[in-house]
Amino acid sequence: MSFLTSQPIDITTLAASVHAPGHGAVATFVGLVRDHHAGREVASLSYSAYGAMAEKICADVCAEAQARWQVHVALAHRLGKLAIGETAIAVAVASGHRDAAFDACRWIVDQVKSRAPIWKRERYADGSEAWVDPSAPAGIVSSAT
Amino acid sequence: MNRHVVRLFARYAELFGAEQVEVLLPFNSRVSDLIVALRALPGGASLPAQPFVAVNMAQVADGFELHEGDELALLPPLAGG
Repeated sequence: MSFLTSQPIDITTLAASVHAPGHGAVATFVGLVRDHHAGREVASLSYSAYGAMAEKICADVCAEAQARWQVHVALAHRLGKLAIGETAIAVAVASGHRDAAFDACRWIVDQVKSRAPIWKRERYADGSEAWVDPSAPAGIVSSAT
Repeated sequence: MNRHVVRLFARYAELFGAEQVEVLLPFNSRVSDLIVALRALPGGASLPAQPFVAVNMAQVADGFELHEGDELALLPPLAGG
């Protein structure tokens, strides 16, 4: 199960959704909005996405993890404006034993970051804004507008 | 010629000042031809050498052949998570 949402993400609900009586482990990851990036003070940020493709990629990643580790997966990624400390991405993975849960959880987060068409625009304390670009030398690219 | 609509997102939507653009390409054109055509449009000169392109919601390489009706999108560097 995976979804994009403009509403706050509750990791407890996600974790409960993957648990079954045969599971001895639930691993979770929560990615939070940080107050700094590339040496600048971040005031807030906004996520946008190619929605249909991002949903497809997230579903593919979950299915691939389920097939590889025999785990149950729930994944949520936030869209829209987020304040410092809010949850940007959350993953919950349940399995019979902890190794598969830990391994799959990390793999899922890495895959979503590298494959899902989602973009982040940071707003800084000085009022300026920039697109985050992990491939750029400074990690950001100034807005064209 | 085929008329292709290309969806634009995030920084690339800003570069072109639009959420989609239309390009006319000869039959059997490839992704590399599409990028050349996009680069010729106003705002397109700022594109990187090899921007990510998605066809029907899957990232494809430069040599991928385009067909009428394909859903095309130009993807800025990904920054989810």
